Amino acid sequence: MPADQPRLKMLGICKSYPAVVANSDVDLTVMPGEIHAVLGENGAGKSTLMKIIYGVTRPDAGEMLWDGRQVRVRSPAAARKLGIGMVFQHFALFETLTVAENISLALDERVTPALLGPRIRSVSEAYGLPVDPNRHVHGLSVGERQRVEIVRCLLQSPRLLIMDEPTSVLTPQAVLKLFESLRRLAAEGCSILYISHKLDEIQALCGKATVLRAGRVSGCVDPRRETSRSLAEMMIGKELPTCHMAPRAPGEVRLAIRKLTLSAADPYGTDLQNINLELRSGEVVGIAGVSGNGQQELLKALSGEVPLTTPAAVQLEGRDAGLLNAAERRGLGLCFVPEERLGRGAVPDLSLADNALLTGYVPESGMGMVRNGLIQASAVREFARRVIDRFNVKCGDETSHAGSLSGGNLQKYIVGRETLLTPKVMVVAQPTWGVDVGASMLIRQAIIDLRDQGVAVLVVSEELDELFMMSDRIAVLADGRLSRAVPIAEASVDQIGLWMSGNFDADAIVADQGAGNHA
Amino acid sequence: MLRLEARPAPSRAMMFASPLIAAAAMLLTGSLLFSFLGQEPLHAFYVYFIKPASTAYGVGELLLKATPLILCGVGLALGFRASVWNIGADGQLTIGAIAGGCVALYFREVDAAWVLPLMLVAGALGGMAWAAIPALLRTRYNTNEILVSLMLVYVAYLLLSYLVHGPLRDPHGFNFPQSRMFQEAALLPLLVEGLRTNVAFILSLVLTAGAWFFCSRSFIGYRMQVSGMAPAAAAYAGFSEKRNVWLAFLISGATAGLAGVGEVAGPIGQLQPSVSPGYGFAAIIVAYVGRLHPLGVLLASLLMSLLYIGGESAQMELQIPSAITGLFQGLLLFYLLAADLFIHYRFKPAMPVLHAVPTTD
Repeated sequence: MPADQPRLKMLGICKSYPAVVANSDVDLTVMPGEIHAVLGENGAGKSTLMKIIYGVTRPDAGEMLWDGRQVRVRSPAAARKLGIGMVFQHFALFETLTVAENISLALDERVTPALLGPRIRSVSEAYGLPVDPNRHVHGLSVGERQRVEIVRCLLQSPRLLIMDEPTSVLTPQAVLKLFESLRRLAAEGCSILYISHKLDEIQALCGKATVLRAGRVSGCVDPRRETSRSLAEMMIGKELPTCHMAPRAPGEVRLAIRKLTLSAADPYGTDLQNINLELRSGEVVGIAGVSGNGQQELLKALSGEVPLTTPAAVQLEGRDAGLLNAAERRGLGLCFVPEERLGRGAVPDLSLADNALLTGYVPESGMGMVRNGLIQASAVREFARRVIDRFNVKCGDETSHAGSLSGGNLQKYIVGRETLLTPKVMVVAQPTWGVDVGASMLIRQAIIDLRDQGVAVLVVSEELDELFMMSDRIAVLADGRLSRAVPIAEASVDQIGLWMSGNFDADAIVADQGAGNHA
Repeated sequence: MLRLEARPAPSRAMMFASPLIAAAAMLLTGSLLFSFLGQEPLHAFYVYFIKPASTAYGVGELLLKATPLILCGVGLALGFRASVWNIGADGQLTIGAIAGGCVALYFREVDAAWVLPLMLVAGALGGMAWAAIPALLRTRYNTNEILVSLMLVYVAYLLLSYLVHGPLRDPHGFNFPQSRMFQEAALLPLLVEGLRTNVAFILSLVLTAGAWFFCSRSFIGYRMQVSGMAPAAAAYAGFSEKRNVWLAFLISGATAGLAGVGEVAGPIGQLQPSVSPGYGFAAIIVAYVGRLHPLGVLLASLLMSLLYIGGESAQMELQIPSAITGLFQGLLLFYLLAADLFIHYRFKPAMPVLHAVPTTD
């Protein structure tokens, strides 16, 4: 086999779904031992292309060449037989089984977990991915679970490894370790397809990048020779928008969390331990942390979806709100954007107008959507139209079903709805998950504008960049414990990253009581 | 091979066409069935579907039979929209009949205008009380409301049977297991002389209109709908799940109870060991054929009523077994569910043929 023979060559790949063209005439060439980035916004067609390579989806047209030979991959098992491995963004592991049992189930060959143990150990040590084969998965952190998935792929000695947004679940330190392992793997000749929308990571790791925009290839470049700006332009077709945040002195305490301890309802959830935080008018406090460290539990405890037993654990505007339900807390001026948009933040089968009523019904919001128990349809429609106009939501009109909107547009609608309900305290979870760059900036700016109007804003996010961009103070949630909130000027990515992995040093905890009084 | 793919948006046309397609498929299967039974299909259809409604009396019977279906179906539809599965409407109907019947029997000497309204109120309360049991168990102990409400149907049947065999038995009734006949003041007035249709039909129309208003305009109706469509969104918005379950059960229990009074104070005129040939169960089909929409329920009830009456007519004229009614009901629901698939899915156009290449499997 000649040395310049590509390991994988995709030619003219096309794939359309009823409502969208996911891939249109896409070419992709991956050389042996190359770390090749596939860069693009959400919805640009990256995942579809990877699913085609891995045999999950079949293309409508196009060819796939593997080591120069034309192949058609009909199933993931066929892909694995060729030597293609894939680490998905969301892991499919059984919580109640051990690492070795999970891997044994996932392998195409039949090997007992006991025999796998030593092999798992040797592979994981060789690539700097330590995992204990005998541990149960439910006790593993997200980063460790990812290692399990990678080790599972490595056991089949892949010649092409596909990594789908692998760093979204990792701390900054864990990202560096992962990169080392990937470089070692590439040095041994394994090709790596690295899917991401994070420009800095791609510049640090990859030698080649194929950029996708709206299902088409918009560029194939060496990312180390490009600037972030030129990559972003290739990715979104225009200059990367920014958001603007001026310093501002915070006002009175609007939301206080005091000694909040809560056992998770879900057996594999995270218990919250003694959480303390004060959130003031006119500031944004960001809560960093890898998801699964108590974010869900904390957010539900704040929103009132999970009842608390101590009245003073959550205080809104100085009133004990711990025993109040979600509706009553909304009455006190709390608005909330949850991380799941469909089915929680919005009802997919209802119109946008009906979805405005979902939280706009609260009498205190002054929208007059409900009078004498009757829905005031004109007020509801008018409010929905205002949200659509103000937040530039792309949709038919207010009668469009929420489920028909793209993720980014629906998020704009939900953030817009909660914003226009004149909150006193705004809690936002994962504001830009799955949202394209343009819409992300609009959403972030809307949140900053709220803060400038004197609203107290709490943002829970996995994206550290985002939190550093829009927070006045930043705290870390790890293992159900919350660090003190550090003013953003004093915070460093290293420090926050260390806390994210659960290593709370003295600085993280001792200053707890003083956290609220710094301003 | 044909493949299904999701539609970008649910098809509105299909939403309306689906019940018609289901009815057509039911008729087609029915004609096969009739030919196997040695009947001329067209004649059998005439006897089954057209003849019963071809006289004024027949139309009256049609509306009479449709009344309990409308009453039960409208209540169930409201509950099903909220994803609360009350399968026990027949039990609630039975208890409503007992409650209304007890009022009539207690005031048998009274000839006043308030007896009938009191019976209706008692019937609604009886149905609500029976429906409150699964609601309580569900909200308190998280029991499955499908099982509890279903099992309570049989308890209600047995209770009625006990009453007409014992305490409420007509002392001058030659030991037949039935109560006294109700007095004039305890019977629902007829709408038209000569037909058996009574004012309960008007009541059912009023309730249908009320339910339509409740669904489309009231905030409580909206909350129930959200709870049914997306429980997490309901929790997020602060709508109580318990209140949703209670409301759904109390509403459907009340309408089923009314239907029970409508039967005993209407065509039956007394308490008998059985007061319903399964209206409460047929109403489940009615609710779904009617798209869980009050107006749809109204139309579906008329269709279902025709199936009942046509079944009787076919039984008499063509000597076809009575099971045919249940069969047609089942066919209708089966085809409806199948046709509903195409509201959200459609057939994928044939794939373009890719050029032949070695494949890996």
